Amino acid sequence: MEDIIISVAQRTLIAGTPLLLGTIGEVICERSGILNLGVEGVMAIGAVTAFIVTFATGNPWFGLMAAVVAGALTSILHAFVSITLNSSQVVSGLALTMLGLGISGLVGKPYIGKPLAHKMATWPIPILADIPVLGPIFFDHSPYFYLALLLALISWFALQHTRLGIVIRSAGENPRATETQGVNVYRVRYWCVIIGGALSGMAGANLSTAYSKSWIEGMTAGRGWIVIALTIFALWNPLRAVIGAFLFGGIFVVQYLLQPLGISPNFLAMLPYVATLLVLFIGALQDSRKLNPPAMLAEPYRRGER
Amino acid sequence: MKIKVTDRIDILPRHSLLSLVFSLAAGLLTISFIFMVFGVNPFYALAKIFSGSFGSLYGIKETITKAIPLILVGSGLALAFRAKFWNIGAESQLLMGAIFGTWVGLNWGPHLPPAIIVPLMFLAGFIGGALWGLIPAILKIKFSINEVISTLMLNYICNHFMTLLIVGPWRGKTKHGFPYTDDLPASAALSLIPGSRIHYATLLIAIATVIVLGIVIYKTRFGYEVRVIGENPEAAKYSGIDFFKTTLIVMAISGGAAGLAGVGEAAGIHHYLSYPESISSGYGFTAIIVAWLAKLNPLYVILSALFFAGILVGGDAIQISLGLPAATVQIFNGTLLVFLIMGDFFLKNRVTLRWRSQRN
Repeated sequence: MEDIIISVAQRTLIAGTPLLLGTIGEVICERSGILNLGVEGVMAIGAVTAFIVTFATGNPWFGLMAAVVAGALTSILHAFVSITLNSSQVVSGLALTMLGLGISGLVGKPYIGKPLAHKMATWPIPILADIPVLGPIFFDHSPYFYLALLLALISWFALQHTRLGIVIRSAGENPRATETQGVNVYRVRYWCVIIGGALSGMAGANLSTAYSKSWIEGMTAGRGWIVIALTIFALWNPLRAVIGAFLFGGIFVVQYLLQPLGISPNFLAMLPYVATLLVLFIGALQDSRKLNPPAMLAEPYRRGER
Repeated sequence: MKIKVTDRIDILPRHSLLSLVFSLAAGLLTISFIFMVFGVNPFYALAKIFSGSFGSLYGIKETITKAIPLILVGSGLALAFRAKFWNIGAESQLLMGAIFGTWVGLNWGPHLPPAIIVPLMFLAGFIGGALWGLIPAILKIKFSINEVISTLMLNYICNHFMTLLIVGPWRGKTKHGFPYTDDLPASAALSLIPGSRIHYATLLIAIATVIVLGIVIYKTRFGYEVRVIGENPEAAKYSGIDFFKTTLIVMAISGGAAGLAGVGEAAGIHHYLSYPESISSGYGFTAIIVAWLAKLNPLYVILSALFFAGILVGGDAIQISLGLPAATVQIFNGTLLVFLIMGDFFLKNRVTLRWRSQRN
C-alpha cells in the first residue's frame, strides 16, 4: 500500500511538471495583456527540438536549451502579429498551434519509434531523498521538477514584488497610462510573449526527454490547452499555478490507476478535460470579483490612439 | 527609414481583392520555402497538390466531396465568428451530428423508406450538433467561461466518448470485433452521383445553408444584431440586444450546421461510425480558416471551401508520392492563416515608408 501511495504521489508530480512550466509562461504572457493560444503548438516544437538535439548529442541538457530557444523564436511570430500588427490574438494563436503541430510532425517524422539512449537523469537530493515516504515523493525527481518550482517562485516574486512586475502588470491593465510613464509597452509585451514561449518550449522538452524518452506526433495531447485553462484557474498567479498543475497531474495519473478496476479507459481519458471545465465552472461560481483577469487581456492596443 | 501607420478609411473591393491575392501569394511562397528547407522540391510539391485536386476529373470529384463538410461547417463558423464567438469546437459538433444521425439510421432505418429516414437523420444530426454547441454558449454567457477553452475541451470529451461508443455498446455484431458500428441499412445510406463519392443530398443542404445564412446575416434584424454584438458589444448592450438569446441561436445554428456535415460524412461516405479521426479528417479546424478566408461571408465560403478541399485532396496526393506526414496540411493551413491576418492589417492600415533623406 505504501508503495502505491509513493508511486502515485511521485507520478502526480512528474505529470504536473510540464503543465506547471507551461502555465507559468502563459501567466507571464497574459499578465502583460497578450493571450497566447499557441501554447500547444509551441510545446510540440519544443518537444521535437529537444528530442532531436538530445538524440544527436546524447545530452538532454542541450535538448532543453535548444527547446527553450526554439520556443522563444516560434512565439515571436505571435508577438509580431498580435503586438506589432495588433491583429486578433485568438486567430494568431490558433495559427501558431496549427503551424507548431504541423512543423513538429514534419520535422519529427524520421524520429518516430527511435528511443533516446539517455533521458534526463533524476537528481535525488542528498540526505532529503533518504527520508522515508517524503523523500522519494518530493526529492527524487528530474531537474525539470525543481526547475519548475524554482521558476514559479521567481516569477511570482518578480510579478508581485519588483518594479519589473509592476511594469508587466500595468502593461496588461492599462497600456496607455503605462506608456505615459515612459515604458515601452510594445517591448514589455514582446518580452513577455517570448518568455512565455521559452517556458512552453521547456515544457515540451520535459515531455519528450524526461517524461518519456521518445517522440510521437501529437504527443502534447492537448496539454497546451489545459495550460490555458490552468492560467485562469491560477488567477494569473504563478504560486496558485503550482497547485493547479499538480492537481491536474493527479488526474492524469488516476486515469491509469483506475484502469485495472475495469473502468473503460476511454471514459477515464475524458477526465482531464471534464475536470478543466469543472474547474472553470467552480471558478465562475465564486465571487466574480475574485476572478480578476488583466483588464486589457487580448484587447488590441495601438500606441498613440485615444 | 521611418514606417508610418495610419488608418485606411476608404477600403474598396479591389483593395480587399488585392490583399487577398497578396496574402495567398506570400503564404504559398513561405510554404515553398518550408518545403525547400525539408528537401522537397516546392514546384513539384505545389504542382502535385494542385494537379492532384483540380487537375483530373477524379481529383475534382474528390475535391467537391471534401468541400461539402467544409461549406457546412465554414458557413456556420462564419456566423459564430461574426458574433465574436470563437467556436473552435466545430470538430466535435460535427461528430455529435454523426453520432445522432447514425443512431437514428441504425435504429429506425430498417423500418422506414429513404424519403423519411434521410430527413430524420439530418434533423437528428442538426439537433446533436446544436446541443453540443449550446453548452459553450451557456457557459460563456451565464458563467463567463472562455469559449475557446470550453469548445476545445468538448472536442476532447466528444472524441473519447465516440471511441467509447464504438469499442463498447455500439460495436457492430457483423464487424468481427472491429471497433465499428454495423453498416447503416440501405435506406439510410445517402445516394451518390454515379462514379463519384459526392453525396448530393448533403451538397444541396450545404448550398441551401449558405444561401439562408447569407440572407440571415445581411438582410435580417437578427443578422444585424449578430454583427453589432461582434463589432461593438458596448453599443449592443445599450441598444437592448439580448446577448443570451442571440448567442444561443448563433451557436445552435453553428453547431447544427456542423452536425449536418457529420451526418453527411457518416451516411454518405463511411456508412458506419468508426474512430473520430477517420470520420472527420479535421474538417472542424480547417473550416476555421475557410471561414476566415471567406471574410466571414457565407457566400464566399463556397469558394474558400473548394480551395481548402483542394489542398486536402492534394495533400493526400503528396503524402503518398513524397512520403510526407499527415501534419503537412496543418503547415499549409497555419501559414495561410498567418498571412491572411497579416493581409487584413495592410487592408485596414495604410503603411508608408519614409526615407530620412527625403524632405518632409
